[in-house]
Amino acid sequence: MLRYLYADQIARHPRLNDTMFRDRAAQFSARLGWEVSVDDNGNERDGYDDLNPLYILWERPDGTHGGSLRLLPTTGDTMLNDHFSHLTDGVKIQSPLIWECTRFCLAPGAGAHVSAALMLGVLEAGLNAHLTYIAGVFDARMIRVYRRVGWGPTVLGTDGTGRDAISAGLWPCEESYRARLLSKAGISSEVSNLWYDRSFGSPIERTAAVA
Amino acid sequence: MLESFLDRLSQVGNLDDLDSAILTLSDELNVEHVVYHSVSSSGEQYAVTTYHPTWVNHYLGNDYARIDPVVLACLRRFHPVDWKRLDWSGKATRNFMHEAIDAGVGSQGYSIPIRGPSGQFALFTVSSRDNDDQWTTYTQDYTRSLILASHFVNQKALEIERGTDQAEIVSLSPRETDALTLLALGMNRAQAADSLSISEHTLRVYIESARFKLAAMNTTHAVARAMNQGLLRV
Repeated sequence: MLRYLYADQIARHPRLNDTMFRDRAAQFSARLGWEVSVDDNGNERDGYDDLNPLYILWERPDGTHGGSLRLLPTTGDTMLNDHFSHLTDGVKIQSPLIWECTRFCLAPGAGAHVSAALMLGVLEAGLNAHLTYIAGVFDARMIRVYRRVGWGPTVLGTDGTGRDAISAGLWPCEESYRARLLSKAGISSEVSNLWYDRSFGSPIERTAAVA
Repeated sequence: MLESFLDRLSQVGNLDDLDSAILTLSDELNVEHVVYHSVSSSGEQYAVTTYHPTWVNHYLGNDYARIDPVVLACLRRFHPVDWKRLDWSGKATRNFMHEAIDAGVGSQGYSIPIRGPSGQFALFTVSSRDNDDQWTTYTQDYTRSLILASHFVNQKALEIERGTDQAEIVSLSPRETDALTLLALGMNRAQAADSLSISEHTLRVYIESARFKLAAMNTTHAVARAMNQGLLRV
């Protein structure tokens, strides 16, 4: 199932928390060879994890991490503006209507439906927050994964080659992408809404609640 | 929508003027009440609200921030919150809600948490007596404007706190200037994107970034602001 958890909420899900940071180490340090820091417990964390980001996670039935990503508002510190503005023609992307997505990570063996579910989660969060765009920094080879799930980014720029290539991109937050993502993820609209409501609360009619 | 408010806001130089500007927002935004509450990185608080002073004193006297679901849901968050999604079910919370409604707060509300630099936090709230259908329509139409306006108010409050002699001069990157310049020359977005050899989505994001830096409500307003500040080469 999809979960939307801020960093200060994820501690209540220790198994999910531990396996996410460990899978991130496996993907970004071991597999991609990025210069990220991995602590003594084998967890990959950086300074942006300390800013209380919102994580979107795929939780497996046994409570472990199947995949995840990290969202932060672009009005604060972001990887894109702090380190990758050479990929955006020098433009600092800042707007309360644009969030940044980073650290898209899949657990070993996670299927294509997990990628689709995670991107569905991004779109659900974006639509509910009335965002215009999501901006992201990602492993350039992920571009085809994003395209395959039906919501490909507009690539702003790419740095490096092969497995070192890092791209910046934009995803428009538009309702029209939702049906395709739902179908690629194999999730019904109702279930996706239910998962969103579990994290953010169900809308209850106020008129009835007050009476 | 709100252009005149933002033009007024740009002239504001002290907290008294900011208070009066914020108090006009309930009419501008077509809501019952507005609240802007900021806590600086050193813990200093600043609040402006159209709520009745009796309710404000009652709220503070009872330290209702401890149980107010809006405060609890927005602290350390950054997604906007419709009061509909909050849990009002506990006994103390229900009593609090009824007192708020009796004090004229309204039963509907929308709150926008704002994260400023180095731990500064602000909360901007609008409330209304709308029924559920009216409120759904309202939030669909107004939420983006609410989000932008609340951030512009916060930027102004931070600017005043820093001191007027340190007012930040807007600086746009060459690409943002290019994009606004082409629009000022009368091109549409497709033409402007084409002549800059970028995609239309990229152009839109550059314009949106410029809009935020210029504290403008929409593209036309951003172009006008940039022209007035001498940032465009037209």
